[in-house]
Amino acid sequence: MHVLSEAQEHPQVEGAPVLGRAIVVTSGKGGVGKTTTTANLGTALAQRGARVALIDADVGLRNLDIVLGLESRVQFHVLDVIEEKATLDEALVPDKRSPTMFLLAAAQSREKEDVDTQKMRELVRALRERFDYVLIDCPAGIERGFKNAVAGAEEAIVVCTPEVSAVRDVDRVVGLLGNRFRPQLIVNRIRPHLVKKGKMLSVEDVNAILRLPLLGTIADEPEIIVSSNRGEPLALRTDIPAAAAYRAIAARVAGEDVPAPTAQGKESFLSRVGAWFGGRRA
Amino acid sequence: MIDFFRRLFGHSGSSSTAKERLRLVLMTDHLELSPEIVDSMKRDLVDVISRYVEVDREKIDVSFERQDKALAMLANIPIIAVNRASNGHVAEPPVVAPVAAVAPEIVTPAEEEAAAIEPAAGVAPPAEVPAAETAVVAAPSGDAVAPGDLKRRRRRRKRKGSISASSTETVSAN
Amino acid sequence: MNGRRIVVTSGKGGVGKTTTTANVGAALAKRGRSVILIDADIGLRNLDLVMGLEKRIVFDLVEVVEGRCQLRQALIKDKRFESLSILPAAQTREKDAITQEQFASVVAKAAEQAEYVFIDCPAGIEGGFRNALAGAAEAIVVTTPEVSAIRDADRVVGKLQDRHMPARLIVNRLRPEMVRTGDMLSVDDVCEILALELLGIIPDDEEIIDTTNRGQPVVLEDNNRLGAAYDNIARRLEGEIVPFMRFDQPGLLSRLFGGKKAG
Repeated sequence: MHVLSEAQEHPQVEGAPVLGRAIVVTSGKGGVGKTTTTANLGTALAQRGARVALIDADVGLRNLDIVLGLESRVQFHVLDVIEEKATLDEALVPDKRSPTMFLLAAAQSREKEDVDTQKMRELVRALRERFDYVLIDCPAGIERGFKNAVAGAEEAIVVCTPEVSAVRDVDRVVGLLGNRFRPQLIVNRIRPHLVKKGKMLSVEDVNAILRLPLLGTIADEPEIIVSSNRGEPLALRTDIPAAAAYRAIAARVAGEDVPAPTAQGKESFLSRVGAWFGGRRA
Repeated sequence: MIDFFRRLFGHSGSSSTAKERLRLVLMTDHLELSPEIVDSMKRDLVDVISRYVEVDREKIDVSFERQDKALAMLANIPIIAVNRASNGHVAEPPVVAPVAAVAPEIVTPAEEEAAAIEPAAGVAPPAEVPAAETAVVAAPSGDAVAPGDLKRRRRRRKRKGSISASSTETVSAN
Repeated sequence: MNGRRIVVTSGKGGVGKTTTTANVGAALAKRGRSVILIDADIGLRNLDLVMGLEKRIVFDLVEVVEGRCQLRQALIKDKRFESLSILPAAQTREKDAITQEQFASVVAKAAEQAEYVFIDCPAGIEGGFRNALAGAAEAIVVTTPEVSAIRDADRVVGKLQDRHMPARLIVNRLRPEMVRTGDMLSVDDVCEILALELLGIIPDDEEIIDTTNRGQPVVLEDNNRLGAAYDNIARRLEGEIVPFMRFDQPGLLSRLFGGKKAG
């Protein structure tokens, strides 16, 4: 599937600065993997050499920092920059493992209503002048936090899990995103063995309702929890399918034609061990 | 290779990493959320030190430094002069509280007020407070009690973490 | 009647608030209590879907607040139970469509008619969250044993304490085999970090996906350890002393005892 980058779609005027792409990662439904996706997509893009900035737009409930293992390195946050208490350089935290990736953390002790939407747009624009990709981690819901996260973005990725509530929420969010965006879909937390038994919606079922261009699918596995325990993005690993899935998604975002993998029937080792004990595998 | 063994035996221990990281990040979150506690800490710290030396209150700087495995409070307190009255000898004998004492689960209002003071390691708490009941923290070792924890200890906590079959509990009808 | 008004909240989205609201409510209704469930997630409603009642919505919470209908007209009676109704949220409105006072007054009205009123809180700590809390006298905090969820729950606990609202904890999606191998925080870890009284432990179980797809609260299924876990929570809310279930041997328990035995 060929994804046109904004640069290819809208070629820059001669002499104008080349702006990076600003992509918001959203869903409506909480807990489907927006933050994990932002962290891993960013990591995978940075591993390919791109300069990537990640913005955590979840004011008050920040988590992008902890998923990346950077929680102890955050000095300043988005609001500090907007309110000019710190410069962008002071606030951007370099990632521990990907040298071309930086994090702009959310404020923990503020409210989403404190963020001025226009200032957010300007901030994203300033980042686009310095980075190839600006990924914005959107909070759950459709309130002010969502609106601010979307404000500066030019593209959108919606993350959905194969569950009825998630599909319904994503559908609502796609509607709210409106004509400005042509969102692309990532289906997360697939459990192929359940899909086979008819106990879980398939990717096709999900997209029959949402009808969005499919950017990628990621199977659920226990290593995802382990990597968030550690604060190590799993896109760096070579031994798990989810990591490969994120790398494929990054490649597609960058404009490569990456064929979709065959149905992910491969289960991780831990889950097989769990199954030996009989009964309900988690 | 290590990954392989980790997966084989499953002893990756990431949950203890997670627990530690959470502990530290919540301490930081709580401090960020309670500037008034930080201000009280600063004031009380300066009050105590002022009994021994005269300090420049305008130039005091207190900050928190997050390191990968710990949270430390750093205080820079410019000293102008040593108090002539003390001259190394203080009217009330300082009470040296045990380092990293365990704070009581049930905190009475008087203890609560005293416990709101979190001096950096090495600084004695005010003499009025009985040593055994004061939560003294050694910041760099990571045993710090976060202000948020102290707030929580106002209530009697019933911890029902055990999932053993024989554990019983008293559940309030509420 | 002066029913209990309980908000089910978490901070983090997707940890199981709606599923918990539906199933704890259903478990209490199974025991003969009168229960009203209120979906406070205006704009992203899901309680109706999880309960399988989405096709029967006529009026919603916002219309009640705006006086376009009575509460009893908006309440959907669940035919599978003697005494369970839900008040759905509006789907095409925003959370600022109602004020905290208005929501509190709807909840108070519901509490006149039912022994238990559960409020399904939206994710986050914005206006929708504040509205949901406005109606409640007690809280259930739901979390999973994962870093982000616990951090968000901690933030919510702080907000509940600011309002002096008593709160108890449900740990959802526990994977005992991962706890054993040291890959997941234990219930003890979570309780220690959050310093909350434990109300219930719910194991991670794939059945929940299937039952949600079908709009069937899992407490209605037989021989299901998830149902047993929710039943236990209902009993504890009623004041019973119920030992927490052991989940060390997933599957073994259900094979030996049919999954209903607690502890």
